[in-house]
Amino acid sequence: MFKVVHYLNQFFANIGGEEKAHIAPEVREGFVGPGMALNNAFKGEAQIVATVICGDSYFAENTDTALKQILEMVKKYNPDIFIAGPAFNAGRYGTACATIAKAVKEELGIPVVTGMYIENPGVDLYKKDLYIISTKDSAVGMRDAVPKMAALALKLAKGEEIGTPAQEGYIERGIRKNYFAEERGSKRAVDMLIKKIKGEPFETEFKMPVFDRVAPNPPIADITKAKIALVTSGGIVPKGNPDRIESSSASKFGKYDIEGVFDLTPETYETAHGGYDPVYANQDADRVLPVDVLRDLEKEGKIGSLHRYYYSTVGNGTAVKNAAKFGQEIARQLIADGVQAVILTST
Amino acid sequence: MVKEIERAGLPVVHMCTIVPISKTVGANRIVPTVAIPHPLGNPSLSHEEEKALRRKLVEKALKALQTEIHEQTVFED
Repeated sequence: MFKVVHYLNQFFANIGGEEKAHIAPEVREGFVGPGMALNNAFKGEAQIVATVICGDSYFAENTDTALKQILEMVKKYNPDIFIAGPAFNAGRYGTACATIAKAVKEELGIPVVTGMYIENPGVDLYKKDLYIISTKDSAVGMRDAVPKMAALALKLAKGEEIGTPAQEGYIERGIRKNYFAEERGSKRAVDMLIKKIKGEPFETEFKMPVFDRVAPNPPIADITKAKIALVTSGGIVPKGNPDRIESSSASKFGKYDIEGVFDLTPETYETAHGGYDPVYANQDADRVLPVDVLRDLEKEGKIGSLHRYYYSTVGNGTAVKNAAKFGQEIARQLIADGVQAVILTST
Repeated sequence: MVKEIERAGLPVVHMCTIVPISKTVGANRIVPTVAIPHPLGNPSLSHEEEKALRRKLVEKALKALQTEIHEQTVFED
């Protein structure tokens, strides 16, 4: 029977939510939480011998130390396979799963599987290096994800040939493989062309990579004359959240007047953001949106001025498509208002 | 959002704790911050010390905005 080590965050290990996101790595014998479903899906061919657990914030803020500790823990059990997550659309968790899985694969030489939603930032970082089973964006997708992760893990452990992304359910890694097609290239190309002309769906055999990078703009020549705007994805809003920005999967952003505001206080501002411990931001929102310091710099003539409005949304699980739309609209308004540079803060 | 603001022609500096995510998203000027729930603060410091820390980070962001770059750049100390 193959030995499996499983990785979970504090939430899926049932330790707690954000208030426990700072916990250091620990290891438990056997399965924990969703590990039970994985274990069942192995149908006796493999077994979770240990579960490594780490808080999402702890891992993100102490990546080097945490990674070293976790590798030691995994090594001790000498598993045949390592499984992380699934992390669905949780950004810190996904990044942790992928970072750890990559290190286990490369440093310990153990095959790894993880699972994520396509927009999880962990996907773009490591899809080339790892098998990442494509999941739904929330834990609702656990039932779909588990059998696929288990099946792929068993194949890897047995050293069997791994099929295409569509067959196995993993996210495309950009790897091309030679194979013998039944029909020759000219015929396939003409068939594809005819489908295209008819408006029917067709599948290209040569996908081009998608790069979306924007070149950096030239710097500000004289910052002491520049009008600077604050934008945040950390969800800082006037107390009471007047626009009712959602705590996750935000559908909108807010624009707030800070004329005459020199300091954000617990009585006047708070965060609408879910997914991180809001205590610190609610105590002093300057910790996310540095209005106090920018006012000082403005008074001292170190910057031209702080723009009268700041823009805020919640970055927690927000669709990339929505975030791009917010960014376009915010930029349009800022340019119309004569803003020359932007400080964007994220939690 | 960072990328769209940059695309529109405004220089933008991203202040965030998880630098790899910022890089993936496509931010060009990146200033690493303290911690996820309090990027520009540290509740274990006194109010004055905390504000001084925040000022240092914001000054670093201003410096980033005044620096000519040709590729994604993380502004460490």
